[in-house]
Amino acid sequence: MKTFRAIGLTLLFLLTTLSSSGAAEADLRAIIAKFATAADFSETGVIVRELTATGDPAVERPLAALAEGNLYIRAADSMVFVGKEGSDSIQLFDPLSGEAAGEASADDLTQVGVNNTLRRTIRDALGTLTLGSKDPTVRIAAANTMFKTPDAANIEPLDAAIASETVASVKALLEQARAASILVSDKPDADKLVAIALIGARGDRDAVSLLTSVEANASGAVKEAATAAIASINSTLALWDAGQNIWYGISLGSVLLLAAIGLAITFGVMGVINMAHGEMVMLGAYTTFVVQQVIRASFPDLFDWSLVIALPLAFLVAALVGLAIERGIIRFLYGRPLETLLATWGVSLILQQAVRTIFGPTNQEVGNPSWMSGSFDIGQLAITWNRLWILVFALAVFAVLLYVMKRTPWGLQMRAVTANRRMAASMGIKTPWVDALTFALGSGIAGIAGVALSQIDNVSPNLGRGYIIDSFMVVVFGGVGNLWGTLVGAFSLGIVNKFLEPYAGAVLGKIVVLVLIILFIQKRPRGLFALKGRAVEA
Amino acid sequence: MRGNFAKITKILSAGVVAAGLLASASAKAAEDTIKVGILHSLSGTMAISETTLKDVMLMLIDEQNAKGGLLGKKLEAVVVDPASNWPLFAEKARELISKDKVAAVFGCWTSVSRKSVLPVFSELDNILFYPVQYEGEESERNVFYTGAAPNQQAIPAVDYLMSADGGSVKRWVLEGTDYVYPRTTNKILEAYLKSKGVPAEDIMVNYTPFGFSDWQTEVSAIKKFGSAGKKTAVVSTVNGDANVPFYKELGNQGIKAEDIPVMAFSVGEEELAGLDTKPLVGHLAAWNYFESVNTPENKKFIADWHKFIKNNKRTTNDPMEAHYIGFNMWVKAVQKAGTTDPDKVIDAMVGVSVPNLTGGYSTMMPNHHITKPVLIGEIQANGQFQTVSKTPGLVMGDEWSDYLPDSKDLISDWRAPLSCGNFNVKTGKCGGKGTN
Repeated sequence: MKTFRAIGLTLLFLLTTLSSSGAAEADLRAIIAKFATAADFSETGVIVRELTATGDPAVERPLAALAEGNLYIRAADSMVFVGKEGSDSIQLFDPLSGEAAGEASADDLTQVGVNNTLRRTIRDALGTLTLGSKDPTVRIAAANTMFKTPDAANIEPLDAAIASETVASVKALLEQARAASILVSDKPDADKLVAIALIGARGDRDAVSLLTSVEANASGAVKEAATAAIASINSTLALWDAGQNIWYGISLGSVLLLAAIGLAITFGVMGVINMAHGEMVMLGAYTTFVVQQVIRASFPDLFDWSLVIALPLAFLVAALVGLAIERGIIRFLYGRPLETLLATWGVSLILQQAVRTIFGPTNQEVGNPSWMSGSFDIGQLAITWNRLWILVFALAVFAVLLYVMKRTPWGLQMRAVTANRRMAASMGIKTPWVDALTFALGSGIAGIAGVALSQIDNVSPNLGRGYIIDSFMVVVFGGVGNLWGTLVGAFSLGIVNKFLEPYAGAVLGKIVVLVLIILFIQKRPRGLFALKGRAVEA
Repeated sequence: MRGNFAKITKILSAGVVAAGLLASASAKAAEDTIKVGILHSLSGTMAISETTLKDVMLMLIDEQNAKGGLLGKKLEAVVVDPASNWPLFAEKARELISKDKVAAVFGCWTSVSRKSVLPVFSELDNILFYPVQYEGEESERNVFYTGAAPNQQAIPAVDYLMSADGGSVKRWVLEGTDYVYPRTTNKILEAYLKSKGVPAEDIMVNYTPFGFSDWQTEVSAIKKFGSAGKKTAVVSTVNGDANVPFYKELGNQGIKAEDIPVMAFSVGEEELAGLDTKPLVGHLAAWNYFESVNTPENKKFIADWHKFIKNNKRTTNDPMEAHYIGFNMWVKAVQKAGTTDPDKVIDAMVGVSVPNLTGGYSTMMPNHHITKPVLIGEIQANGQFQTVSKTPGLVMGDEWSDYLPDSKDLISDWRAPLSCGNFNVKTGKCGGKGTN
């Protein structure tokens, strides 16, 4: 261990002395200047490798800039700069020192082209160079990169890094990266067997990927060990896969719940077949878009709050449109389901075309706030933040709605009108007023569903179309007029769908679910949780 | 129930169309004009893509009129709205030809809409310019295909991925929407990959329904397939609206272009406009045109487009270029024939050559497909593509794929004396077998 540390320290010492010496810097500049004459990607790649071969940490800045597409050549003097795009010009910085070097218009600069292969080369190179970084997350990234791209030459720097590493979790990753590199080196088999055990313990897909390629190239004991390790990882992963399917199902269920819950009120409670329900969802999504546009233009700092701000507005917009539809059309059609269906279908077409005329037919970009981007791992389970938040949100909306229906006077009136309209009217409840507000509530809920769906689907005039059939399916399956039925219906449809998908494929899976629902409705025409009562028959 | 539904849709869409017609009729200019039909959906699911093509046609017709029209007459656009309803495409095409007496029609996007209008065009003998990349396996006398055939998009794209520059891909996921274009294209690609020595277990084919929005299972399956120690890439024929949630899921699950690149055939600048492209930098698309192409012709085209549409943010895309080429070819052929009579124009079209927007010339071939360069682009953070590869020369559209057993012996040549769209070179007879 001591010798390792000594080697590491000497290496570090050497690196620092190298970078501080003037001659080395001049060498680096000479190499960087060659970017100006590179004719294609492979020539740029040669320069990148030349730069990384110097082992000088100073090359991180130009390489990182190149990977991001921020390395520019000034046409006038073929000088290479790191550029940062400003509002109407590009600010220039020295590629090595990072000092500001004036600015230039985009027309006077040529970007150094970069493609995937180059980006990968740079990422691998930066992995080795950033092993000594002070930031543990950078070291973790470096270790992961080196794990995925093992190279016998990595063993030495990794040994040095392991020796000086203080954080245990990072150290474990570095040791795995070292093990990966040992497998591709010409070290004795004994070392390789130890390495395989270490990698097998990691137990994720990257480990399988690495071991599969080792298995293909090795022979004897190493090959056997690799085969055994792959088999054991795969059997654990199969369990995780089942967990993943359940999670995907729950996540799909939460989306279905959000889309259907407003319909559970308008269709389930009021009995109105509202074909324009999907368009309420779309209006909610467009409200989010407008809110984000305003925020981007005037208050860019508030962007992470855009969804929270959009929620009440989307509710209001959709609720008002819903109110207008109820007062203007639906109230004349109560008790005539076919006419209601056709009229609301017409309304949905009008709303779609109106949005198309105002916002144009193309998709609108609704950004993801930072807290809704990316994913995190639980074991081998990757959970994306946006799906998790949508699940939480769907359950919250459900809870609030349940509270309103069961615990508030308004909810009581709503249920009274549904159960027996004439009796409720005799008791002094203004039934038309309750109808209008209930419809507005259902539409408003659809509006806030639109806010959530804008995060996973595209915001276009057709957004609602994709959800209307599924929503009706959930409500009918769960049992008309029962909020709990909608909840159970949404999640069971979601989970069944996601369990079928890997085996049957998305297309067949959907058909199978549809057939199952038809069969189920034959058996239980009122759905999972049938509402009991005299009014139901009417 | 179903009948009522269809009826109502029809009545409503007819109403919308009627309103559109009234608007265009009121703008009717002098009596002696040459009418040009525009058959693109302005409502319904396909409006997202097709409305732009209607606008670009209006712009091209305006420009031609500013240059003095054609054969001394002004051009007049007749716009109809088939409302993303396939049978309505045929009705509207018939209306354009028999009632409005248009000299040529520019239109259609989906293959099914094209298939639905084909009989109308051959029966009434008129011309259709079809501007979208498609699955091939077709060559009609009355249709000119200005979009890419599979060998002008799919095959060069796969070649690029197999090259060292593209990452020497060894394992392939063919992901598509479940309809005729992806199914045929994937059939061709599978045959092509196998002919290049890719074993069957290294190819995964998967289809999803139209407008699919829950990509979790598919994306994690891609991740799993990609962790077999071989370089993996996805070739995506996913269509339209389904792309945005697909790319969002890719970004969220952390699939980076450096690890598993996605090569798309239906994702252009227009689709990217609805997305935050920062997590997608490096994913690829294969087209014959990118807005970012730096040529004087393209710069002028973009400037004209922004001026016409009065919005500097509207993007341009590949099918727009196809209409640009198609329209200019038609103008040239009409001038060459000295008449707008479709029969004479069809004969005059073959061999017509006009500048395209990527700095070269496109020529109409005897099989009614055109020559085009093939560009591979990587998505950039600003929503544009950066060209990373361009075929050295022009690629000629191959209507009958050489990689499908049913069509490999077929050729098409609409010049006299052969004048046949599916001539079988083995049997020496016209009327061979096609897959569709």
